[in-house]
Amino acid sequence: MEWNFLAAIGRVALRFLAAVGHLSLFTVQTVRHIFLPPFYLRIFLRQLMNIGYYSLPVVGMTALFTGMVLALQIYVGSSRFNAESAVATIVVIGLTRELAPVLSGLMIAGRVGAAIAAEIGTMRVTEQIDALVTLSTNPFKYLVAPRVLAGMITLPLLVLIADIIGVSGGYLVATESLGFNPSSYIKNTFDFLEARDVISGLIKSSVFGFIVCLMGCYHGFNSTGGAQGVGRATTNAVVSSFILILISDYFLTVMLLD
Amino acid sequence: MSKPPKISLKNVHKSFGKKHVLNGLSLDIMEGESLVVIGGSGTGKSVMLKCILGLITPESGEIFIDGQQVIGLPQAEREKSLRKTGMLFQYAALFDSLPVWENVAFGLIQAQGMARTKAREKAIEMLSLVGLEADMADRNPAELSMGMQKRVGLARAIATHPEIIFFDEPTTGLDPIMGDVIDTLIRDCTRHLGATTLTISHDMESAQKIADRIALIYKGEVVWNGPANEIETCGNPYVEQFIRGDLDGPIELDILKP
Repeated sequence: MEWNFLAAIGRVALRFLAAVGHLSLFTVQTVRHIFLPPFYLRIFLRQLMNIGYYSLPVVGMTALFTGMVLALQIYVGSSRFNAESAVATIVVIGLTRELAPVLSGLMIAGRVGAAIAAEIGTMRVTEQIDALVTLSTNPFKYLVAPRVLAGMITLPLLVLIADIIGVSGGYLVATESLGFNPSSYIKNTFDFLEARDVISGLIKSSVFGFIVCLMGCYHGFNSTGGAQGVGRATTNAVVSSFILILISDYFLTVMLLD
Repeated sequence: MSKPPKISLKNVHKSFGKKHVLNGLSLDIMEGESLVVIGGSGTGKSVMLKCILGLITPESGEIFIDGQQVIGLPQAEREKSLRKTGMLFQYAALFDSLPVWENVAFGLIQAQGMARTKAREKAIEMLSLVGLEADMADRNPAELSMGMQKRVGLARAIATHPEIIFFDEPTTGLDPIMGDVIDTLIRDCTRHLGATTLTISHDMESAQKIADRIALIYKGEVVWNGPANEIETCGNPYVEQFIRGDLDGPIELDILKP
């Protein structure tokens, strides 16, 4: 009984280590192929559109309502110690440093990570990836590298837009519902905002873009077992992206704090 | 002195877990020859093909293409070697994100660097060679029947004028008339190109139509290998049982007998 229990723990540990090793090799291969020619510009531009442009509505909506809710909640809290004037500053710092990158990352994981895993997973089970190989095309260069690079570039751009939309949402609620003076709200927003607040959010979002696209490609690339396998790959891509975004967010925050 | 074989497999072994799929398989294919490998399901035909293409790495043995050992070749060398080959997959494996003409022209654009406008013209020429109209060029693969998809797959396989063409179950999933159309196209196109071909099939009628030589695989080994016109009279008990389609004989299936 004891041995069975220990054996089970050992099996889980070995499986985990094997998965970490497999993912590490996949990551190294991906990074290598991002920098080595040939570069598939057409595929890369298509991915910029898929990941960036088509994600604008979902990221915009998320940012707008997050900014609006944030203004309301901070107003409730700050009014308890007569610090209502801090609403604008807390909204803009909260959004740029934390909420816009993390929530955009999570939304992109749901929209783009799942789509990448499903597309590449279907290509795997229908032998399209094998077909790429037989046509002398490296699947890492053709499928993985353009998606990961596009994710790293587009997510910061989306987050920059989310910052603007989120702050505008907060401004709308503060001036229309909470009775703030529009010009003093704008002044408070920019007076205490520093470039590093925005830059730290953009750095985080680039890392999240890398994570989301890498997880989508990794799980899709390694999917097996037909439609069920593709479904599993899609779920795993989204769940692992969520977890890695939240874990890496903590460490990035610590690194970028000063 | 006789010419060396175009493709040569020597004592190739491949297992998946405890299942030995290729058991010391050896086979030579001469230049310009059309060899059809027949055998029941799960006997190792497709694994053999994937080993030659480098999609699967065998545990031991040697595989030569034009005298060059292809197992363990560096990526760049392998891609160079694959430029000599074309492949028609069992279910065509067309890229569903690309229109028909881009599927056909994929090898021309990606591997040979041909300009897109010229590649499109060439793709339409190839489509007409397999009996498809030019108006098919802009269609999506998902809009085509399986017979049409196979023809597009064949056009893609021959578009780069490869020296070696592989066919994996070319008539699977087709009605007898469409199967005959595909067999005729394979025979005519490969003769027109003067290519060496290796076909995997369990369709005897199809095999006799396109083969110069037939090899029967059983349990990962070649149990008979000879001219196509001698298969009916060879007297080999494995071949006789396979042609008759009987349950009784030296070929054992991994099923319970009724």
